[in-house]
Amino acid sequence: MDLSVVWFILMGVLLAGYSILDGFDLGAGILHLTARTDTERRLVINSIGPIWDGNEVWLITFGGAMFAAFPNAYATVFSGFYIALMLVLLTLILRAVSLEFRSKRPSPAWRKFWDGAFFLGSLLATLLFGVATGNILIGIPVDAEGVFTGSFFDLLRPFPILVGLFTVVFAALHGALYLNLKTEGELQERVRGWIKKVLVAAVLVWALVTVYTWVAVPAASGWPWALVVLIALAFAGILPAVSAGRPFVAFLCSSLAIAVLVFLFSFAIYPNLVISNIAPEYNLNIVNAASSPKTLGVMTVIAAVGVPVVLIYTALIYRAFRGKTKLTDHSY
Amino acid sequence: MDAVLLSRIQFAITVMFHYLFPPLTIGMGVFLVFLEARYLKTKDVQYERAAKFWTKVFALNFALGVVSGIVMEFQFGTNWAIYSRYVGDVFGSILASEAIFAFFLESGFLALLLFGWDKVSPKWHFFSTLMVSLGSIVSALWIIVAISWQQTPAGFVLRDFETPVGVVQRAELTSFWEVVFNPSAMDRLVHVLIGAFILGSFFIMSISAWYLLKNRHLEIARRSFVTALVVAAVASLAAVASGDSHARVVAEHQPAKLAAMEGVYKTGEGGTAFHVFGIPDSEAKEIRFGVEIPKLLSLLTHRDASKPVAGLDQFEPDVPPVALPFWGFHVMVWLGCYFIVLTLYALWRLWRKTLYEARWLLWVFVFSVPLPFVANQLGWVAAEVGRQPWIVYNLLRTSDAVSQNVTAAHVGGSIALFVLIYALLFSVWIFLLNDKIKKGPEEAKENVR
Repeated sequence: MDLSVVWFILMGVLLAGYSILDGFDLGAGILHLTARTDTERRLVINSIGPIWDGNEVWLITFGGAMFAAFPNAYATVFSGFYIALMLVLLTLILRAVSLEFRSKRPSPAWRKFWDGAFFLGSLLATLLFGVATGNILIGIPVDAEGVFTGSFFDLLRPFPILVGLFTVVFAALHGALYLNLKTEGELQERVRGWIKKVLVAAVLVWALVTVYTWVAVPAASGWPWALVVLIALAFAGILPAVSAGRPFVAFLCSSLAIAVLVFLFSFAIYPNLVISNIAPEYNLNIVNAASSPKTLGVMTVIAAVGVPVVLIYTALIYRAFRGKTKLTDHSY
Repeated sequence: MDAVLLSRIQFAITVMFHYLFPPLTIGMGVFLVFLEARYLKTKDVQYERAAKFWTKVFALNFALGVVSGIVMEFQFGTNWAIYSRYVGDVFGSILASEAIFAFFLESGFLALLLFGWDKVSPKWHFFSTLMVSLGSIVSALWIIVAISWQQTPAGFVLRDFETPVGVVQRAELTSFWEVVFNPSAMDRLVHVLIGAFILGSFFIMSISAWYLLKNRHLEIARRSFVTALVVAAVASLAAVASGDSHARVVAEHQPAKLAAMEGVYKTGEGGTAFHVFGIPDSEAKEIRFGVEIPKLLSLLTHRDASKPVAGLDQFEPDVPPVALPFWGFHVMVWLGCYFIVLTLYALWRLWRKTLYEARWLLWVFVFSVPLPFVANQLGWVAAEVGRQPWIVYNLLRTSDAVSQNVTAAHVGGSIALFVLIYALLFSVWIFLLNDKIKKGPEEAKENVR
């Protein structure tokens, strides 16, 4: 297989990994304010406390891999989405420091402020990621030189906004399923209440997005039917698993749905990385945006050496933090 | 102001803010490893208490380093799109290596370092601390390789590349190892790590000295202070040797930068003097109020006191500005001398067993903490401004590298955003640091966290 195809697939894997992992901690942030007392909010934060940072590295690696493997696409997308990405940076910073700062002072006003910042940061970051995904799907104004010619408001079209909305609702669902895994007692009861509500919303918006995508994105008509059905089955599996007291199975269901969604997204844009809505010949694809075969080869070796090691210790670290979240001296 | 200058200003602001934290985590990281190793060996709980206390301070710095670091990775693409297209084949792969080999390691094991005290055995905890520290050093390795490649590019070839609109030229990788070991990479890495060790140990000494003066947490403070003092003294001396070696690489590969750092406007006859002090005047092209040591610069650069050092006149018109590299370099050198004198004197007092009586000396250590931060930043200012007008030395001009679609208004807006949020973060950081230090190790246990 051509190495540029390998790297297109690897980017998809990184994107899926990021969406599944940071998806649940962004989702926990979106639901954060529905936890009522300080103890409940601390339980939410400490459920993601040790691992959100590692989850975000998937995004950094995705960005780094894009820079290395498809520099033309990286340059076009990052400069094209200038304002949106500055906002993403702002929200990611806000969210991270809220987690870190909140616990450092007991004052309720202090904590309230950082609770708000954490919620807002998580919500906006997720929304922006979704809007960006929607824009990549339907194409953006990119000219012959690979330069984005639109403005920030050109990115706020109905389809991307709908995808953004779906991303927010789905992240909230995924986050709730993660919290269901990490909490117990009264808080868990409430989390289950959220799951039911958010699940209904997620399924509805998903159906809407799917239909809209079929209309708006020509390549989506080639989607393998079985995979769309698989997402529906994954959604259908969530509530029974939650009721049966199998929180991990329920969490796996939403993770599976995310992985399939990322696959369908990649399928719809392949072999392009950036679709130009000015003219198809301006599309940036895995040939005209790629690095040299030499670099892709070196990168493949690096990934082959590094990624298995990363996966092993990440799994071990997750294992060390398995089970219900308890508040200790070292908690946030 | 145009988008190029604004993008440079934004990069400078964001990278200088970012660089408050990595040297701190690198410097403190090895210190945490040392404390936990001592604890494992001696089972002395004082070491464990010290490790737990410093870990909490470490965590605060680490979080800020991570978030301000993401900004850097994004900015290559957002503001420097042409640069990204031109060098992505080489530079991008180094950056991706950093993510795969360092960021995952740091952030993964950080979870166990911060939250794993009751989850894993002391040995595994020690291993986690070691991995976080190693991760921060490996991270420095890759990013320094990438930065150094911009200064002394190697292991690449300029090649034509087919795009939708025709053929453009870009740098393509020919030898990964030549990129990794590009001429300035290893010297710069050593110098940067030494700078981080000086900074980390001065940070620890400042807090420890304050405890000693306030008669609090004496056991932890003494052990921390003495360990950090030894590291600081050794590192300050090592900085001289490493700085000399590093400067000779600059002289060989980027003579215009060396001339700017030293304010050598015109190539002279015979040995060139080293300015201990002076004020560069780029209008008159001379150093005013100069205090100089004759022939020293020639001796340092060429190991030959009579061979003149090339001045900026030989490299016109592609010469860097003089003031920033000159001041950055000179103030860094002065501070380096100050670190040597201060730490050696303190070591002598320690040996004479009169260190803790010298309250004034402890106060000096308390207030010296900003200076290594200044020295680290200025070293970078000298290095990066000295590279101008090139973004990749002799290959691509900074003025040709900026994103075409990003306007001055865009960048002005994002600068305002960064200044605002960084000012907020900086104040909260100082406030919380102060809070944590005042609480100290013991109270840290009943902390409300």
